[in-house]
Amino acid sequence: MERVPILKLGDILIVSIQIDLDDQSVLALQEDLADRVVSTGARGVIIDITAVEIVDSFIGRMFSTIAAITRMLDAETVVVGMRPAVAITLVELGLSLGGVRTALNLEKGVAMLEHVRDGAG
Amino acid sequence: MTVPAEAARRRIVELFLSSEESLLRRWTQLSGASPDDLRDLYQALRTALSSDAGDFADVRGLLAELSRARVRQGHTPSDTARLVFSLKEALYEAAEADGGPEALRGFVWFSRLVDDLGLFTFETYTAARERIILDQAEQLLELSTPVVKLWEGIVAVPLVGTLDSARTQVVMEKLLQTLVDTGSEHAVIDITGVPAVDTQVAQHLLKTVVAARLMGAECVISGIRPQIAHTIVTLGIEFGDIVTKASLADALSYALRRSGVEITGAAKTRVAVRAERA
Repeated sequence: MERVPILKLGDILIVSIQIDLDDQSVLALQEDLADRVVSTGARGVIIDITAVEIVDSFIGRMFSTIAAITRMLDAETVVVGMRPAVAITLVELGLSLGGVRTALNLEKGVAMLEHVRDGAG
Repeated sequence: MTVPAEAARRRIVELFLSSEESLLRRWTQLSGASPDDLRDLYQALRTALSSDAGDFADVRGLLAELSRARVRQGHTPSDTARLVFSLKEALYEAAEADGGPEALRGFVWFSRLVDDLGLFTFETYTAARERIILDQAEQLLELSTPVVKLWEGIVAVPLVGTLDSARTQVVMEKLLQTLVDTGSEHAVIDITGVPAVDTQVAQHLLKTVVAARLMGAECVISGIRPQIAHTIVTLGIEFGDIVTKASLADALSYALRRSGVEITGAAKTRVAVRAERA
């Protein structure tokens, strides 16, 4: 099973998904991410899915689950770089990812988190 | 094929081949077509009939050409089919003159063959029409879905015409791709040119908005005419938290404000725009 690396940049954790996700890696990612948020005290999480071409309902739900978990730990999750085909698939699957913030690319995602932090602090 | 049928067939082919001139003359008389066209057809038929394999590809090719040419001349496809069918009448006269039972039995076989060929001209006509319609539908699809950039970070899709699943799919894909390519965070879907909104169209619009949202862009629907607003409410369609504006101008000013552009001055006379941040 491949593990997705989690990078730390300031108080933001960046997860760039470059592999074909299977259910096991998704579950592992959720656990790893929760651990890292707690250990680093991160205030924001960015999931970069620019390289993801195929999603199913399980992966779709993963975004919502991760967002819910990190929110419990006082960190905002932003999903960035979703491809049009992926967005269309998720809509057709009936998943609107309620509660998940989205941004067009990593840069805008970072800007969004900073904006949130400024607003809060 | 049984032996008597084979004999009947041979007899009619013989008749067909032997009386070329008179047949052609009679055929031209009956159909009113140009003798040259008919002679080409007759010769192709003769080649096909005299070969054992019975290969009618040449005949069909000629017929397809004839069918196309005659449509261009303003004949209806029935006319063209009738032209082919009239060969039966011409040959029947020859068969009657022969009088033998084999010739008459062979004529039935021949007449079925001519029927097939006549129907083939009709099929060619329909296929050609079908292709034209398909091409046009495709062109329409391409023409009718431009994505225009209104401002840095704001794109718009002016929708014109009825929305169906296929068109929505194209619009959606094009819009989302443009959002990625231009890095725009705001999109305006203008439905001024959409004649009617029913539950299905609304469903398509909602899907597009949600998909754009998933990618991190905000979508505004504009150009909702009073009657359409009325229909939407009567149908009980919920647009939820999707922003809707009456006109494209309203939507643009909303998107500008959301993207941090400040509009100053009297809106009716002159608009001075200043970007708040880079």
